[in-house]
Amino acid sequence: MKSFVFPEFEITRDEEKCGQCRGCERQCSFGTHTYDPLTDRLISDDYKCAGCQRCVIFCPKDAIVVRPTQSFYRPNASWSREKMDDLKKQAETGGVILTGCGNDKPFRIYWDHIVLNASQVTNPSIDPLREPMELRTFLGAKPDLMDISTTNGDVEIKTEISPNLMVETPILFSAMSYGAISYNAFRSLATAARQSGTFFNTGEGGLPKEMRQEFGKCAIVQVASGRFGIDAEYLNCASAVEIKVGQGAKPGIGGHLPGEKVSLEVAATRMIPVGTDAISPAPHHDIYSIEDLSMLITALKEATNYEKPISVKIAAVHNFAAIGSGIVRAGADIIAIDGLRGGTGAAPKVIRDNVGIPIELAISALDRRLKNEGIRNRCSIIAAGGIRCSADVIKAIALGADAVYIGSAALIAMGCTLCQKCYTGKCNWGICTQDPRLSGRLNVDIASQRLTNLIHAWSHEISEMLGGMGINALESLRGNRDHLRGVGLYEWEMDVLGIKGAGE
Amino acid sequence: MIEIDAGPLKTRELNDQLRDMMLAGIQKVVIRNVCGQRYIGTRLYSPDHRKMEIEIFGTPGNDLAAFLYGHRITVHGNAQDGVGNTMDQGEVVVEGRAGDVLGFSMRGGRIFVRDNCGYRTALHMKEYEDKLPVLVIGGTSQDFLGEYMAGGIVILLDLYGKGHKGNFMGTGMHGGAIYLRGVVEKEQVGSQVEISPLDKLDREILDRYVSEFVERFPDLCLSKEEILKDEFVKLAPKSKRPYSKIYAY
Repeated sequence: MKSFVFPEFEITRDEEKCGQCRGCERQCSFGTHTYDPLTDRLISDDYKCAGCQRCVIFCPKDAIVVRPTQSFYRPNASWSREKMDDLKKQAETGGVILTGCGNDKPFRIYWDHIVLNASQVTNPSIDPLREPMELRTFLGAKPDLMDISTTNGDVEIKTEISPNLMVETPILFSAMSYGAISYNAFRSLATAARQSGTFFNTGEGGLPKEMRQEFGKCAIVQVASGRFGIDAEYLNCASAVEIKVGQGAKPGIGGHLPGEKVSLEVAATRMIPVGTDAISPAPHHDIYSIEDLSMLITALKEATNYEKPISVKIAAVHNFAAIGSGIVRAGADIIAIDGLRGGTGAAPKVIRDNVGIPIELAISALDRRLKNEGIRNRCSIIAAGGIRCSADVIKAIALGADAVYIGSAALIAMGCTLCQKCYTGKCNWGICTQDPRLSGRLNVDIASQRLTNLIHAWSHEISEMLGGMGINALESLRGNRDHLRGVGLYEWEMDVLGIKGAGE
Repeated sequence: MIEIDAGPLKTRELNDQLRDMMLAGIQKVVIRNVCGQRYIGTRLYSPDHRKMEIEIFGTPGNDLAAFLYGHRITVHGNAQDGVGNTMDQGEVVVEGRAGDVLGFSMRGGRIFVRDNCGYRTALHMKEYEDKLPVLVIGGTSQDFLGEYMAGGIVILLDLYGKGHKGNFMGTGMHGGAIYLRGVVEKEQVGSQVEISPLDKLDREILDRYVSEFVERFPDLCLSKEEILKDEFVKLAPKSKRPYSKIYAY
């Protein structure tokens, strides 16, 4: 059938600059560029281009430009080009439109409508270069009361303290499984987490055996509905266990790693046969209620001898704060909430772009609900889905989060350009692929250094912003909405966020 | 061998004791007066892979043998929901019935249940190389048997003549095999499932695991031959990739 879909990108090559080195041909796994020996020229097929910019950045002569194709359709506010092209693809295949990365639609980004406070004259600001700044954060349940006794000046804590994760900075790497991302990308995250005093999350693809000893201490291992790669050793080698109930990019639906991506190594880590589909059902079929969830939380605490905090990750959806309350009461030590803009390696586009609520509103709603019920101390909140810079992190914390997960941001640090073709497994940047030729492009030393640099830079910026507010410990900013003001927001939005308007 | 009186013990206290015993090198434990204590066997992971044999008198609570890592558990009585949840290796024998979500996401070891079992049995059971979970039920199961099943072997012997009444068997199944003594209607199984007669290899599998079942329940006074002479059917997935054609790229 002749396809009626336009190419998404157009490629222009400056023939004067091009040295016919064929680098672009080698770089592109989609087969966009081919060399024509007759004319001694490189030819590009716009239809194959994913817009990932790999060839542009690696062209030694800077001869290539890749830009979105000009729209050929008559402009129409209702029928955007994306809507028409998606519809045509479905008319041609009868399939569900698949995509990668996070929601790219113009929903309001509340981060950009919230401004931070700073000290002026009174309560002087603090210079983090001169004075210590406390970004260290403990994630897990805190006791209602602390019973201490003092004998001869020695203080003894009598209250039983729940296991907590200690992070040096409130930024953790979001769940990205080995299988969805390459081994090198996975290992880079683990390496950077260890270097930065934070944690990476294995996602539901297991933790390769040879990494358990080395990286278990900086790993949060996931238990998701597919229960892949789980054994007692996997659970016990990690520092925390996370039950994945939902994901911001695809709330309410399961996942499915296509057989093509289940290589020998991925199969060994997930403990499933090579080449079979790895299907994660939509719900955990042993969890149909809060009581069932409580049972799995306790089973995992039992399986790890009550030594590790248990996190429950849910997507932010309508009324999720009530669910969050149930999760705390079910015994979770950490709730991870993933908002509307959370990323994915593969999700139906219709779900990614239409289901869930923005993380900013979700953090505030959950924090307020738990505070009102007097149970906020019983769990920590990790916010995820659309954290792009250190200012987003600090605003998330002022809205009530304890820490954040970054996924897309971490991938971008490694080279990702958010081309949204993760589901093809042909990532030219070596991140979202199992093809050894492509994943070999990602050097673990370099990628982990880039990630470590990012965490370092953001942490420093957070210290600067904290100091500017006259605060020297992140703890003092948590849920402290007085340091936030809204600009250009409706009344109801500020109510949900719990913030005042600028100037108020 | 050591005995524990579980009567006065809460779940956590009982499992504390079991763990201490494992760490002390005790290999066989009998627990009496068990009444609803959960997660028995779950907290018995040790890096050096110690193995224990546990005999339970009474009724253990939910999630018996969840994440089980190579131990052997015998229940002289009924079991409740979630037996063998995400079990990795080992063996569970239930001299009675088992509740719902039996063998959920199990990826190794064996479970033998003398009587019937509840809903959602063997959901998303899977296998990997030498890790092949086997679940043999003396009776039959209720709805949703083997949903999303990705590997392993499930055998329902219907020894008590009730017939297989469960619906939605093997919905979303993409691996493994279910053997049923007796018959099932096409309407009872998911659309991804093929009902077929047994071949030689299937007979060998059945022979092996039915013998093991009979050995574990001598009180039933059954012979393997007696069970195997009857008609069996096999439920297996039509495709290992049931979801391969639903996407447009």
